[in-house]
Amino acid sequence: MNISPDEIVFIDWPGWGQLNATIVYTWVVLFLLVFICRSITAKLTSQTKISRWQNTLETIVIVINNQIREISRQEPGRYLPFIGTIFIFILTSNVLAVFPGFSPPTGSLSTTVALALSVFTAVPVYGIAQNGIGKYLRSYIQPTLFMLPFNIIGEISRTLALAVRLYGNMMSGTVIVAILLGLVPLFFPVVMQLLGLITGVIQAYIFAVLALVYITSASQAQKNNQEMKGER
Amino acid sequence: MDNLGLVAAVSIAIAGITMAIGSIGPAVGEARAVAQALNSIAQQPDEANTITRTLFVGLAMIESTAIYCFVVTMILLFANPFWNYFISQAGR
Repeated sequence: MNISPDEIVFIDWPGWGQLNATIVYTWVVLFLLVFICRSITAKLTSQTKISRWQNTLETIVIVINNQIREISRQEPGRYLPFIGTIFIFILTSNVLAVFPGFSPPTGSLSTTVALALSVFTAVPVYGIAQNGIGKYLRSYIQPTLFMLPFNIIGEISRTLALAVRLYGNMMSGTVIVAILLGLVPLFFPVVMQLLGLITGVIQAYIFAVLALVYITSASQAQKNNQEMKGER
Repeated sequence: MDNLGLVAAVSIAIAGITMAIGSIGPAVGEARAVAQALNSIAQQPDEANTITRTLFVGLAMIESTAIYCFVVTMILLFANPFWNYFISQAGR
């Protein structure tokens, strides 16, 4: 039993690197998404009669937009590319896990750490773009200077938590099915697969929501402080 | 008992204890959260959407403590660094 798809190695170049299942299945997911999106967006129309595929894409974009608007209480335009990409990538790789032989790339700690690190860098990028570098750095010494180390620790630990949460959830799904296959081979693993599908979708949603909350809190906290000072 | 047997015994025992204790806390926490959310939905059915969404995010954050314990257990059982170290020591 493999605890992570990193251990399934297809090609090994000693001293140079190796091509493992994580990389290959990430490529599969990327290729699938890019291929589907390119083939749909190649013939977009703004007429009243649209193809059903364009309808599907528009629905997805509108749903994500609405969610971002409800959670962040801001216009979704600037957050949509980042949050939407993360959500759709994780969702696709989690849902594809039902295919036999496919092990989801999100079940590997390397993928989830990469995703969490991109959120980790997106927070200051969006914060600085919104508030300027001075105001963003000042948010680290809110409410007092003594909170500086705790703010920094919080920033790092939530990135770690983001990575380990997604990894643990996806890995537990595969491990539980693998263990149950040894105990009750026929029917029960199917039920656990269904449960794994639910967890996969929920985890994709939660990763995206948490990323959004972290990103908006960097700009939102500043705004709230100003409002509070204005009231005084 | 030699080092290898000791590492194996301690790892397996601690893996079980980690899972046992680590699932009690999140279970109690999730139960309280769900009970409270059901109460709120019963009182204000109009806000069911918002409550459910917040509930799911909150549940996932509570559950992640259990997931951390699970990850530690899996590392202890299947990718134990101490076990690997003693195996490599014994191989010499």
